[in-house]
Amino acid sequence: MFRNVKELIEITEKENIAISEAMIRQEMDVQDKTREEIIGLMERNLQVMEKAVEDGLKGVKSHSGLTGGDAVLLQKYMDERDTLSGHLLLDAVSKAVATNEVNAAMGTICATPTAGSAGCVPGALFAVKAKLDPTREQMINFLFTSGAFGYVVANNAFISGAAGGCQAEVGSAAAMASAAVVEMAGGSPSQSAEAFAITLKNMLGLVCDPVAGLVEVPCVKRNAAGASNAIVSADMALAGITSRIPCDEVIGAMYRIGQSMPTALKETAEGGLAATPTGKALAAKIYGISTEKE
Amino acid sequence: MKFKSVFDIIGPVMIGPSSSHTAGAARIGKSARTLFGRQPQWVEVYFYGSFAKTYKGHGTDVAIIGGILDYSTDDTRITNSLETAKDKGIKVHFYQDEGATDHPNTARLKMGDERGDLELVGISIGGGKVEITELNGFDLHLSGNHPAILVMHNDRFGAIASVAQILAKYKINIGRMEVSRKDVGKEALMVIEVDQNIDESLEKELMHANHILQVAKIID
Repeated sequence: MFRNVKELIEITEKENIAISEAMIRQEMDVQDKTREEIIGLMERNLQVMEKAVEDGLKGVKSHSGLTGGDAVLLQKYMDERDTLSGHLLLDAVSKAVATNEVNAAMGTICATPTAGSAGCVPGALFAVKAKLDPTREQMINFLFTSGAFGYVVANNAFISGAAGGCQAEVGSAAAMASAAVVEMAGGSPSQSAEAFAITLKNMLGLVCDPVAGLVEVPCVKRNAAGASNAIVSADMALAGITSRIPCDEVIGAMYRIGQSMPTALKETAEGGLAATPTGKALAAKIYGISTEKE
Repeated sequence: MKFKSVFDIIGPVMIGPSSSHTAGAARIGKSARTLFGRQPQWVEVYFYGSFAKTYKGHGTDVAIIGGILDYSTDDTRITNSLETAKDKGIKVHFYQDEGATDHPNTARLKMGDERGDLELVGISIGGGKVEITELNGFDLHLSGNHPAILVMHNDRFGAIASVAQILAKYKINIGRMEVSRKDVGKEALMVIEVDQNIDESLEKELMHANHILQVAKIID
C-alpha cells in the first residue's frame, strides 16, 4: 500500500515496475479480484471515455444553453488553418472540451476524478494516442497511472470543488493526466511525479466559481486549460526539468490553500465568475425561464 | 484512507453533469424504489437547499425520477425519465422547500400506490455518494455502499436476537447496525449493513421471525 507519491515511486523502483503496474497490483489486493477483472473494469471506463469524445465532437448542447459546440469549432479550425499551438495540443483541448460538453448535456461520462473535471484525462490520452500509437493495454495503463496519483491526492487532500476549489478538481485531473502522459511517452516513474508536481503547481489557488451553480461556465474551458497544461508539463518533465518543491509537498500546499479558501469560492456560486454582473444575469435568466415553465 | 479503490478516482460512469446533483440524486431515487419494492403510482419530491435552487439546471429532477424508475447512475434513459413516468401513469410533483436542513443537498421523497406508501429523506454528500437519513419517520444513516437489510419490528425484547440468529445461520457478517424507534414498545426499525447480498430464502425466514413486521433489502 502506498500512502503518498514518495512511497509509490519507491515501490516502482524497488520492484522495477511502472506506476500503472503498482496501481493494478494494489487494486487486485484491495478488491481481492484477478488481474483480468480489474483490467476489464478499466476497459469499460475507457470505452465510456471514447464514446463521450466521439459524441462531443459531433456537437452537443446543454439544457441551459450555456455550453456546447466548442469542440466542433476547434476541430474545424484545426482542419482548415495552420494553428498556433499545434495539432496535438489543440486535439487534447478539443477532446477535453468535448467530454465536458457531453457531461453538461447530460451525456454519459466517466468521472476522472469528478464529473466536472472529466475532460482532462481523456483529452490528454486521446491526443497523445495519435502520436505515440499505444496498444490497448498501454491506454488502460494510462488510466491506472492517472488513478494512482488521484488516489494519493484524494486521501491526502481533496478532489472536489466544494471541498478545495477548482485546484482540487481540474488541478488534480490535469496533474494526473500529466503523470500518465509521461509514462506512455517512456518516461520514468520519478519523471511522472515531476510532471504531476509541475502541473499542480501551475493550478494552485484556482477557485470553483460556477455560473448559476452549473457544471458549465467556466468548467468546460478549465478542462481545456487542464489538458494543455498536462501535456506541456509532461514535455518539461521528459526534458529533465524537476520541481524544486517535491510532489507530496505540492499536494500538501494545495490542501492548505483549499482549506483557507473562502466558501464563496468553493462551488457555492456566490463568488468569482458566478458573482459577476453577467454571471448573475445568466443565472437569473436560466432559473427565471425554468420557473415559468412550471 | 477515505478512498480505497482506483475506481473511486477513475469512475463512476455516470450521466452528467454533476456527481452530487445528478448521480447522487439518481441513487437516492433508486434507494426509495428498492425500499418501496415496486413501481409507485404517485411521487412527491421535495428539494431543499442547493437541490431546490439548481435542480432544473443539474437535471436533479430527471435523475431522481430515473432512480425511482429503477435506473442506475449510468442509464441514459434517465434523461427521458419524466416522459417515461408520465407514460407509465405515475403522477409526479416537485416542490422547492425553503425549510432549513442540515445538509445543502437534501431531498424528501413521498411515494405510494393503493397498497401503501413510503417517505424517505436522502442527502447527496459528494462524488455521487449518498446517505438515507430518514425512512417513514425513523432516523437512520444508510450509505448505500453496502447491501443492507431494513427490518420493521415491534419494539420487544428478543426481536434483534432473532434477526441476528438468522443472519448467523446464513453466515452473513454484519458490518454496521442501528435500531431506532418512535416510542417505547411501538414500531421500531432495524438497519443492518452486511457484506454479502441477501437471498430470498433468508428474507422469507426473517419475515417469519418473532416480532418482525416487514423486511426490505438494498442489494449492492
